Amino acid sequence: MGAFIIRRLFWAIFLFIVATIITYVIFFVIPSDPATIACGTHCTPPIIAHIRLSLHLNLPFYQQYWLFLWNMLRHGSLGYSFVNGASVRWIIGQAAPITGSLVAGGAVCWLALSIPVGVISALRPRSILDRAGMVFVLIGISAPVVWIGLILAYIFGFKLGWTPIATYCNFFPSHQIGVCSGPANWAYHLVLPWATFMLLFAALYVRLIRANVMETMSEDFVRTARAKGASSARVLFQHVLRNSMLPVVTILGMDIGLALGGAVFTETVFNLNGLGQTLISAASQENLPVVVGVVVFATVAVIIFNFLVDVAYAWLDPRIRLST
Amino acid sequence: MALLEVTDLVTRFRTDDGIVQAVSGVSFSLDRGQTLGVVGESGSGKSVTFLTVMGLVDPRHADVTGSVRFDGNELLGASFSTLRKIRGQRIGMIFQDPMTSLNPVKRIGWQLEEAVLIHNDVSRSEARRRSLEVLDEVEIPRADARIDDYPHQFSGGMRQRVMIAMALINQPDLLIADEPTTALDVTTQAQILRLMKKLQDEHGTAIVMITHDLGVVAELADDAAVMYGGRIVEEAKVQDLFAQPEMPYTWGLLGSLPRADITAARLEQIPGQPPSLLRPPNGCAFNPRCAYAFDRCRAELPELRPSPTSGEHRFRCHLDDADRLRIWTAKKAELTSTEGTAA
Amino acid sequence: MSELLAVEGLQKYFPVTRGLIFQKEVAQVKAVDGVDFTVNAGETLGVVGESGCGKSTMARCIARLLEPTAGKIVFDGRDITHLDRNAMRPIRRDMMMVFQDPYASLNARKRVGGIVGEPLEVHGIGTDEERKRRVQELLEIVGLNPEHYNRFPHEFSGGQRQRIGIARALAVNPKLIICDEPVSALDVSVQAQILNLLKDLQADFDLTYIFIAHDLNVVRHISDRVMVMYLGKPVETGSKEELYAEPKHPYSGALLSAVPIADPTLGRARRQIVLTGDVPSPINPPAACRFHPRCPRFVDGKCNVDEPLLTPVPGAKDHGYACHFPLEHWPMDEDDFRRVGGMVPATPAATSSE
Repeated sequence: MGAFIIRRLFWAIFLFIVATIITYVIFFVIPSDPATIACGTHCTPPIIAHIRLSLHLNLPFYQQYWLFLWNMLRHGSLGYSFVNGASVRWIIGQAAPITGSLVAGGAVCWLALSIPVGVISALRPRSILDRAGMVFVLIGISAPVVWIGLILAYIFGFKLGWTPIATYCNFFPSHQIGVCSGPANWAYHLVLPWATFMLLFAALYVRLIRANVMETMSEDFVRTARAKGASSARVLFQHVLRNSMLPVVTILGMDIGLALGGAVFTETVFNLNGLGQTLISAASQENLPVVVGVVVFATVAVIIFNFLVDVAYAWLDPRIRLST
Repeated sequence: MALLEVTDLVTRFRTDDGIVQAVSGVSFSLDRGQTLGVVGESGSGKSVTFLTVMGLVDPRHADVTGSVRFDGNELLGASFSTLRKIRGQRIGMIFQDPMTSLNPVKRIGWQLEEAVLIHNDVSRSEARRRSLEVLDEVEIPRADARIDDYPHQFSGGMRQRVMIAMALINQPDLLIADEPTTALDVTTQAQILRLMKKLQDEHGTAIVMITHDLGVVAELADDAAVMYGGRIVEEAKVQDLFAQPEMPYTWGLLGSLPRADITAARLEQIPGQPPSLLRPPNGCAFNPRCAYAFDRCRAELPELRPSPTSGEHRFRCHLDDADRLRIWTAKKAELTSTEGTAA
Repeated sequence: MSELLAVEGLQKYFPVTRGLIFQKEVAQVKAVDGVDFTVNAGETLGVVGESGCGKSTMARCIARLLEPTAGKIVFDGRDITHLDRNAMRPIRRDMMMVFQDPYASLNARKRVGGIVGEPLEVHGIGTDEERKRRVQELLEIVGLNPEHYNRFPHEFSGGQRQRIGIARALAVNPKLIICDEPVSALDVSVQAQILNLLKDLQADFDLTYIFIAHDLNVVRHISDRVMVMYLGKPVETGSKEELYAEPKHPYSGALLSAVPIADPTLGRARRQIVLTGDVPSPINPPAACRFHPRCPRFVDGKCNVDEPLLTPVPGAKDHGYACHFPLEHWPMDEDDFRRVGGMVPATPAATSSE
């Protein structure tokens, strides 16, 4: 296991460097002048020149990249926003919990929906529920996120008034008057974004789980369990589920990474100032440190998730755990 | 009273291409402590027959008619809970591929204990004690050290021993073994067959040995049934079947087998392929491949009838007694005369 | 008879690696570990052994589908051990393979005509029209309907697919065909068809076979000479008649004894020799004689110290074994089997199955 973790770590560093360098290169390939943007409307060439100097924009890109790496390793700093001078760490610290809540809650919701639906439609193929599930899957796959989000917001938020349409509330209660916070409010405000996520991913997962469960049901060891006299419930819970969840775990790890990216649209629709929103506005302002900061954060998050998936997989499957 | 009595068993599967009649009216009976060898090629219906007996064919895709009486109780149409009590408790079953027949993510001990706990109201430690005992009995070395291993940590032969242990842990009256040695090496096969014989002697378990290998039947069975196209085409005491087979398919099977005791320059081959169960031939299922088929064979299904020598030896063939005797005598001479004259 | 293939000291090791960034070799799977044999033109060499004995790896090395670790392969008078791809090309025409699983080894998306004609195409033989005619001729030779030229492999049964595989191997008139378990996936009646077909083809086209199988009876039926392998090494080689009539190596004896006999009287009369345990892993195989941990005739201080070499049987034409304590006679019952070296009472009563 130790060797496995170290090998993973080398990969992570490699991945991290590649991702950040690519971000830097893209910025230098696109003709842009962040100094002008940072300067605002009342600018003179000398001020711009001064800003350029202070932001190290005069240096070639590999030196800028080196500075970025140095600052990160030496000071744990991701730099400062070109636009308002705020620390990138602080900006990400504000945005990350929002995206994290969105993705984590979304994942819980889509699994909570797709596991039972997938399993039931696998057990009763061609039944009404199975067919209804397939329709639902098709809608989920073919509809764009923004559209689903807007429809949900319109029906449940605007027409029915059941849920809030926008904004985010902190999970941890705050004592400031007038600030929306606390777990209940947090969840209440995230209901629609989670539902959007759920519809989007549950569709794929129902299909995936249905296929895996059906495949596992036809395995020889399931026949063995039946021949032993196991009840249907025992066959399902003790023999089928764990085996059929193995591929799901792998896909889940990849999808959490994807979801971080997919969160952009959901955040836009529901006006949540998460990482996606932050990234989009930073990119449009050519705010390199913030963009790189988000890239760094997302890379680390994806690496951690993949690692967790590997651990979970090894835990679930003794053939992986006990090889070598 | 016979332990297992199957009468007119028919299993039809509904598929997208049409009805597949995998088993077409199979009848046989098996007494306590006896071994029935069921021989057939792929698609002969030998495995489906016994999956049907166990109630393991999916009723959503299969129609079953006939009668399966086990120890006097009718199993066809019995409630799921009745069947569950018989499976694993009174009838154990082992399968061809020990690699895939054990749950890969559960420990061997857990899988054995499960078999005990499903049928007995005992503690887990008692179940574990019985599991260790039965692992010893199937000659797994250092059973106490290996009981908490996973299936992939065992070799193929050891896994099949575990399967046998699991099937026998509740001391069933009947063990159904579906090609138990086909996936194993020759020396391992010999070990497993010897083990099955030993366990049968000790516990008096009746065994159904489903196999494609006539050699396995010859070594192990008391009675033998040859299946073709979903029907039993010949059944007899095993000595009689090999000494005086009564119909062309059995002749062909015996002739097509390369043997250790006979050197043939050329194997007898049965031309063509086993029949499609989706569109079975009219009359005798073997007629398109049979060298002796005549008009009646193509029109009329031969009944299972007793041989001239023994009432227990029954077969399906329209050829009359004199012809069959003449053909078999010639064949037998041919088989033995080529001995030592390999080209 | 001329020698078509000579293999000397053939070894194939697969590395087992472990390491962080730099993979370090920690062990080797000694799949094939020192095999010598020759095959004469027109004969069939049967190679028999259980899983893990290296018979398939050996076949792939000879066909140069795998790079041998060491050793020498001389085919038709030419050392082909280290020939590169281009130099191998013309030689591949003379050396074809037939595999076990006829379905997996045929491209499911190609039509039968394309599959059988592929070697012709690869070697640039004939025009399209000529190739088509040749393929139809080949289909006829192997007993398939030439009109099925345009069908896909899934439309055929297992035995017919194996015929397609054989037709493909025949397409370029090879000298040697290496058959790797060609009948083990087939039903008995179909197996006999394929074995007969292979025999007929050998007679008609002067073919030489290396026939690999785990079934001793099948090997005995088709072969002229037989090599028994255990954990990467030959333990006994000989003409079929000599080896089957009087096996010398305890492993060969145990294998022969383990095969079920399709005759209840004969089968039950003999006293079978049943080995204990399983074939050990080819990673770090047992020292000296690799069979010693399972051998009923094991002598401590000899078999686990001193590796037996392939020794010719005195007086035999073509029979050799690698054992310090060869079987004195055959058949043999289990008690005799355990008794080693001269301690056997040479009375006929000791043999049980006669």
